[in-house]
Order: sequence, then structure tokens, then C-alpha cells
Amino acid sequence: MSEAVVPDNMMSPAVGGLYGEKAGGPVVDFSYVGIDAILEQMRRKAMKQGFELNIMVVGQSGLGKSTLMNTLFKSKVSRKSVLATGQEKIPKTIEIKSISHDIEEKGVRMKLTVIDTPGFGDQINNENCWQPIMKFINDQYEAYLQEEININRKKRIPDSRVHCCIYFIPPTGHSLRPLDVEFMRRLSKVVNIVPVIAKADTLTLEERDFFKKKIREDLRANGIDVYPQKEFDEDTEDRMINEKIREMIPFAVVGSDQEYQVNGRRLLGRKTKWGTIEVENIAHCEFAYLRDLLIRTHMQNIKDITSSIHYEMYRVRRLNENNTVVAHANGIPEHHLAAHEM
Amino acid sequence: MASSDVARQPDKGVRPLSLAGHVGFDSLPDQLVNKSIYQGFCFNILCIGETGIGKSTLMDTLFNTNFENFESSHFEPQVKLRAQTYDLQESNVRLRLTVVNTVGFGDQMNKQESYQPVVDYIDRQFESYLQEELKIKRSLHNYHDSRVHACLYFISPSGHSLKSLDLVTMKKLDSKVNIIPVIAKADTISKSELHKFKIKIMSELVSNGVQIYQFPLDDETVAKVNTTMNGHLPFAVVGSTEEVCVGNKMVKARQYPWGVVQVENENHCDFVKLREMLICVNMEDLREQTHTRHYELYRRCKLEEMGFKDTDPECKPVSLQQTYEAKRQEFLVELQRREDEMRQMFVQRVKEKEAELKEAERELQSRFEQLKRLHADEKATLEEKKRLLDEDQSSFSKRRAAAQLLQAQSLTANGKKDKDRKNSGFM
Repeated sequence: MSEAVVPDNMMSPAVGGLYGEKAGGPVVDFSYVGIDAILEQMRRKAMKQGFELNIMVVGQSGLGKSTLMNTLFKSKVSRKSVLATGQEKIPKTIEIKSISHDIEEKGVRMKLTVIDTPGFGDQINNENCWQPIMKFINDQYEAYLQEEININRKKRIPDSRVHCCIYFIPPTGHSLRPLDVEFMRRLSKVVNIVPVIAKADTLTLEERDFFKKKIREDLRANGIDVYPQKEFDEDTEDRMINEKIREMIPFAVVGSDQEYQVNGRRLLGRKTKWGTIEVENIAHCEFAYLRDLLIRTHMQNIKDITSSIHYEMYRVRRLNENNTVVAHANGIPEHHLAAHEM
Repeated sequence: MASSDVARQPDKGVRPLSLAGHVGFDSLPDQLVNKSIYQGFCFNILCIGETGIGKSTLMDTLFNTNFENFESSHFEPQVKLRAQTYDLQESNVRLRLTVVNTVGFGDQMNKQESYQPVVDYIDRQFESYLQEELKIKRSLHNYHDSRVHACLYFISPSGHSLKSLDLVTMKKLDSKVNIIPVIAKADTISKSELHKFKIKIMSELVSNGVQIYQFPLDDETVAKVNTTMNGHLPFAVVGSTEEVCVGNKMVKARQYPWGVVQVENENHCDFVKLREMLICVNMEDLREQTHTRHYELYRRCKLEEMGFKDTDPECKPVSLQQTYEAKRQEFLVELQRREDEMRQMFVQRVKEKEAELKEAERELQSRFEQLKRLHADEKATLEEKKRLLDEDQSSFSKRRAAAQLLQAQSLTANGKKDKDRKNSGFM
């Protein structure tokens, strides 16, 4: 029975660069092969397929979550805008509502899903308020896994996994509250968390810096790894960029979907008696940094970390255990489980 | 095949929305491309063709480098495949190229099984990808993808039609890999013959139901050029790494006494078309087809063969886990049985060996006894002989003594007689 003969020196070092690295001789036209045309092919394929992005917003009601989403995507993407505004009551339990939109910019199509969590942190007793959220996130992983291990599976598995979770910290100016710490601690293990200080226009610059420093200390003290996580930096260049970002989180943001006239230009902002806060002005608030991080520079990275790290961790856990223990992953404490198993 | 891109048909609950300003996610394709540049690309080409048809030369010409090649003999007993991997770089794109050549294809007297090693090789690559995908702790993004993305099938330039070996091989491969047939050594065919030859080949492929790779037509930017190229299949190519001076340029060409065949001249051969189609326009599509069509087919067949199903006989979805568990149990039981078997065999062997050794010991013992007896016998014989000898000796010495005595007596008797004679003489 014959077999493929594979020599040991499978990797011969770069067999001469295709551009002008031939012995002696200037760059000649015919040495161009066209391998770099694959970049263009990839780009075409990506444009044709479109992208998917799933963002979850978590925070107490009234912190401006919906407004921020609308500001980020410059359109009415949030639930509040779609349903009757102002008529909503605070739900008795945490609900998870997701709304999807197709948006397009310069030929790039994206299916954006905003997952809202009304009722989070609004009850009197907020213990275990993270459970429904964790369950939702794990359910998305589960759905993806089920589709992936099917025998007849779709050409492109629909990706409903939560790529990024924006956590809104109320601008108390002091430090993180126990609810914040508990939530972020648990969720940073399954999803990328981006903490932001909501309604940052109530803090002066000094208060803001102090608050941020305190938050960073709290995060460090509790071992909470928010995005961009230190351990996933790929190389030194990455690390440098991410270090700069890590020094700035959490971003202090202000959201607005109304435009005002400032200095002859129409800008998004909040108009008050003492001045107009420009949302996109980095001297006023850090919305622009958040937008750049989330959308313009790190979006692909966020999705990659979700699919290759968080999802893989879930998969390993899931494939290693049997069904009764799945509940544990959703944050249900151990003693409940033991009772069920008995 | 309908692509499942997301916004073509509006999903339930997904509303299109227009943006009031520049958001910035149009940089997403760039982000994706940058990531791919960082990771690098890989591409695997399989070249099937008879020995000496020009596979290695064409690869050299296509990628403008000199891969380590050596001529193979025509006397290989079986078809083998030789895979070599190279790291190429062009501007900022790094490509890990694997070229797999068949060795000895078409040389044997009996070519019935010639296609089998090729099919086995392709299946092996799919299998190792499947294994990696099914692992619990897997690293798919780091995995060196060795699945064959494109298969160049080299047709001999007979000018008449396809050989039956060609048809059989291509039929076996068309559901496993993207086949791109090429007419090799096209400088031996004249233009008119070439045209007829191409038509004949394509009609034979169609009538035999061989599905070769069609360049994709769903993207408007390349649909036009792909359609034209689809009409030129199979490409008639000439390969050469030697350079000849034509006009005032050095071009890759083959020099004959009657003229120079320029490889990159579209009037002379279709090499430029092949390079364009294979590398510049459709490389990504070849990879995608391999992954989404051929690999999925292999995966489905393999998993069904292993007994996995999506739904069990009552049409309830069977979780992979249950099947895994069942298989695991089966496997463990099998292992246990084998272990018992082995243990039994071991015990038996030990017994046999023991018996053997005992037997040998007994034999040794009996031989020892026998030798001892022999030894005793010999000793007895020797004793006997010694005794006889002693007896002889003693009887001899007795007789000697007696003889001596007799002699001595006779001497004295004679002396007395003499004396008597002497004495009687006196008187």
C-alpha cells in the first residue's frame, strides 16, 4: 500500500523572496506572481458575506444605555427607540431583550444585535442578578456548539454569541459597588467586558480621574480582567497599544442623539444652561475613544477573542462534563446542585 | 449555491436601518485583512500527471522559484505522493505553499489501482483536520491546514482525447477536491488541433459526469473574467524556468531551432490565464470550496459511518454526547475483552513455555543418566581388562620364576654331572 512520502525538511526557509531577492539583479517585472492578490480576494469575500456583531448592554435603568447605543451607531438601534418610549415600567425581574438591525456603511454590511437587560440591578434584592445574563450568554454558546457538532451543518453558522458586554458604572465618584464587582468578576470569565462610566458629565475632570483610578484598583484587587485582557496580547506592538487603552479604562462617556449648533457646526451633544457638552470632543468626554476601540480598531479582535477563547473554554467545559453539571456554569451555587443531584 | 449572507433576504425581526453619520465600521474588512496578514496564508496544490509531463517545471514557473526537484524514474512499482512545503513571501503576504506531486503515476503495467494513493492522501488530510476539529482542547486557528485546495490534472497532449486512466482518476477525485485540468506540453499541439482537443476533452468530461472546478460567477467584480476563463478550460500550458532573449527582454521560454515558445505570451499558451485564475483571482474561493463543500462532505460521510446521527429513529435529536457515551462504552467493553484475551493468551504461552522447559529438563536428565551408565560400563570394562592384565602379569611372573628355577636346577645338575664325569675319569 503506498503512502505519501513526506521528507523531514518540510519547511525549507523562504525560498527566495518573490520580489527582487534573486541573486544580483534589479527588480524585474516578471518575478511578480500575484500572491498578494489574495488580500483583495479576502476583502471581497468579507464584503459579500457581511459581518455580525452582538453587543450586550448591562446597567441599572436610567444610566443612558440606550442613548449610548444610539450615539455609537448613529441610528436608533436600541430597544427604547423601537418600542414606545417613556411608557415602560421597570420590570420585576431581569429580562433579556435583543434587537437586530442591518446597517451598512460604504458597502460594508453588518448585522448588529443589541442585547438589552432591563431590570438589572433595579430590584431591592439583587443577589444572583447575573444569573439570567450568564445563562443567556451560555445559551448562545450552546446554540453555536450544537450547530457546529451537527452532521449536516449550515455553510455559515449564525453567530449569536455575545461578543462584547458594556457595563455601565453609575457615576458615584467613589468606587465600585459590590454589585458591580460581583457582576464583573463572574462575567469577565465568559465574555469580553468593557466597563464605562455612564453620565460622565456629572463628574469634574479631577473627580473623574480619581474615580477611574479607584475603579482600576478595585478591578485589580478583585482579579477582574476586562477587555483588553492582558493575557491575550499577541506581540509587543499589541501590548503597547493595549497598555495605553488599559490605562484609560473605564471610559467616561456621555451619550446623545441630538444635534446642536456649536461654533458654526452641528454636533452631537447635550445642551445645558452652563454649556453644551460635545459628545465627540475628547476634551469633554471619552466617547470617541470608546467608539474607536469598539468599532474602528478592535472590533475584529473582540470577535476573535470571543470565538477562539471564550467559546473554546465553554466548549471544553461542556464536552468534558455530563448534563447535570451544566447548571454550574450558569452561576448557580454548588449546594443547589448537590440537592438536585441527590 | 445560495450564499447565506445575512442581509440578502431580511430575517424576521431584522430591520434595515440607515445611519445618520459616519460610524466607522467600514474599517472591518481592513481589520480582518490585517489579522490574516498577521496569521499568514496556506495553500496546497496537488499535481497529478504522468512521469515527465512537466509538473515540477510548471510549479517552478508558476511560483517563480526553484523548488527542490529531482527526476523520478519510470520504474516505480506503485504510485506514491511526494509533498513539499515552502514558505513564500510577496510584499507583506506570507504564504505557506505545499506542493504534492505524484510519483510514478501512469508508469505501471496495471494501472487499475493508480488512483487509490491519491484518494487516500486527500482523505488523510481531511481526516487529520476532522480529528483536530473534534478534539476537546483544540487550536484551529494555529492549525496548519494541509487539505488539498486545488488539484491540477495534467493531460498528455495526444491531441485526440482523454485516456481512460484520466477519466477514471478524475471521476474518483471530483467529489473530493477542486480539479483543474491542464493540457501539458502544449507546444506540441498546433492551434487548430488544440481547439478541437479542448472541445473533445470538455465533452468527454461532461458525458462522463466529471465535475471539474468552475470559476465562481457570483461576485460581480470577477464574474465576467471568470466566465471567459471558464470557456478556455482546460488551459494549455507550457512551463519553463529558462530565460531566452527575445527582442531586448529576457523572458521565460523554450527555445527550439524553429522558434521560441514564450511562456507568458498569451498567443503561445494559456499559462498567464492559469496563473491569473489559480492565484490572483480565485485562490480564496478554492480554499473556501475545499472547506465548505469537499470537507463538509467528507465529514458528513465519516461521521455517519462512525454511527453518529443528528436524529435517532424516533426523529428526536440525538445529542452528540449520548452517541459519544455509547461509543465510549462500546470501546471500553472492547478494550476489556481484548485485555482478557491477551491475558489468556499470555497465560497459555507461559504454560506452553513451562511445559517445554520441563520437557527439556527431563531430556537432559535422561541423557545424563545415560551418559553415567555408559561411563560406568566403560569403567567396568576397563577394570575387567586391568584384572586380566594383572592376572597375565602374575602368571607370567610365576612362569618366569618357575623357568628360572628350572634353569638354575638344570645348571647345578649339569655341573654335578660334569664333576661326576671328571671324577670317574680318574679311576
